[in-house]
Amino acid sequence: MYQYFYDLTGNVIISGLIVAIFPLVNVLLVVLIGVYLERKVSAHMQDRLGPMRTGWHGTLQLIADFVKLLQKEDIASTETDKGLYNIAPVLVFTGAFAAYAAIPFSSKLIGSEIEVGIFYVIAVSGLVVVSILMAGWSANNKYSLLGAMRSAAQIISYEIPTALVILSIVMLTGTLSLGKMSELQTAYFWNWNILGGAGFGLAKFLLIPFMVVGFIIIYISTLAETNRTPFDIPEAESELVAGYFTEYCGMKYAMFMLSEYGNMFAVSAIVSILFFGGYQSPFGYLGNTLNVHWLIPYEQAFWFLLKGWFFIFVQMWLRWTLPRLRVDQLMSVCWKYLIPYAFVNLIIIGIISLL
Amino acid sequence: MKAYLKNTWLGIYTVLVGMTVTFKHLFVPAVTIQYPDERLKLPERERNRLYVNMDDCIGCDQCSRACPVSCIEIETVKSVPGEDLGTTSNGKKKALWVTKFNIDFAKCCYCQLCVFPCPTECIYMTDVFEFSEYERGNLVYKFATLTEEEAAQKKVNYEKLQAEKEAQKAAAAAKPKTEPPSHPATN
Ligand code: SF4
Ligand code: SF4
Repeated sequence: MYQYFYDLTGNVIISGLIVAIFPLVNVLLVVLIGVYLERKVSAHMQDRLGPMRTGWHGTLQLIADFVKLLQKEDIASTETDKGLYNIAPVLVFTGAFAAYAAIPFSSKLIGSEIEVGIFYVIAVSGLVVVSILMAGWSANNKYSLLGAMRSAAQIISYEIPTALVILSIVMLTGTLSLGKMSELQTAYFWNWNILGGAGFGLAKFLLIPFMVVGFIIIYISTLAETNRTPFDIPEAESELVAGYFTEYCGMKYAMFMLSEYGNMFAVSAIVSILFFGGYQSPFGYLGNTLNVHWLIPYEQAFWFLLKGWFFIFVQMWLRWTLPRLRVDQLMSVCWKYLIPYAFVNLIIIGIISLL
Repeated sequence: MKAYLKNTWLGIYTVLVGMTVTFKHLFVPAVTIQYPDERLKLPERERNRLYVNMDDCIGCDQCSRACPVSCIEIETVKSVPGEDLGTTSNGKKKALWVTKFNIDFAKCCYCQLCVFPCPTECIYMTDVFEFSEYERGNLVYKFATLTEEEAAQKKVNYEKLQAEKEAQKAAAAAKPKTEPPSHPATN
């Protein structure tokens, strides 16, 4: 990305700044639009209207909320463990934000084209567990602690099926780099991994059902990793007030929300890279047809954002469809169903990709 | 093993069924009524804030007596001869000045019992129901049309008349019994 902007602007400082600020702006936009969309989607699914008063159809609601959060007094109870309590919201946001460094928004817009992209993303999202535990423990509140424990148990369990499915894709594509993975699924939808990846032959058609299974597994487990309903037991409002961030208010609370929505987009992006061609357009590029090649990266960014938002929409859709799972159900879904299926899937995909 | 696969299938299938249901609801028009902008039609016999049409009120005090919480306060002054108070819309002649007609809506329970006894049907329910106030005192609605000076004037007039009558009576009592009383003719 740096090189691209350097070619575009010809200035080291400006291109560096753009590269640094772009993901942050993107995260903030994701949060802004995500929260608004969540309210609207939830409202319309329940035949309500959602926010309607602030701005046209409530479009300014989020800004109003944000200003309100900024104005809030920062209250912390005396019994909190001050150091951990203050670091946790920053760290949780760092974990969510760091993943954006490796996500390719288009062939030119990648924060860093590291070779081990997917591995890096899994690793930094592990940071979220630490900060959630920190938040829960330092708040000195039993609801927070319960929420944090549940969250840790849940995120760690669900990382296993996620990793197994990712592993099967890595076996198929032979690369850990997110950019290369998207590049391999070239610009038509029948080349996407969910339809067996690029290349023709028997293997492609054999792969399709197992890819679909893999997609379902990874979608469910990423849902659990971002603590979204039906896996929102760590922050279950009706049981634990707000789970691990019960004791937070004002901007620190906003950080947790920020990281939740940031994470939602990150996992949607990962899912779309793994199975749905990442930034690749499903129908070829306008830029190629019209012979204007500078258009292609923008088109790719458009398709990427569209896919990301679609999966966020599905997450919301699921949220307003399914009730929350119990802790034991949560664990049995993961250990008794997702992990065995993921293993079998991994082996079968391995055998097929050997063909 | 069979049960296991069946469970898996059931899990996925039921989620999909649920998702179709919610997806359909995405396109069902919202049932929300955006209250201050849109309003529901009020029922035909709704009971809201009272209104008194003072042109028709004859000051008979029936509404006040019917009120179970005594929130209507009425004071009247008799008119003096020669004053024309006009008639009500159903032809009754008015004989009393209504110097005070206060309804305290903080007390009113909207039972509508005051409406029925009114002989001229001048106290009735309107469709206004949004009249909250910050001060309880502002909920006392004054319906009397006379200004305070006018009301005081009417009182003075009446007292004068009373005094004149007293004087006449006293004069009549002082006179010898032989003369027949003459005052009814003047009145
Ligand atoms: S509605 Fe009932 S409470 Fe209210 S003024 Fe009339 S009689 Fe009294
Ligand atoms: S009953 Fe009717 S006419 Fe009589 S005092 Fe009340 S409002 Fe006036």
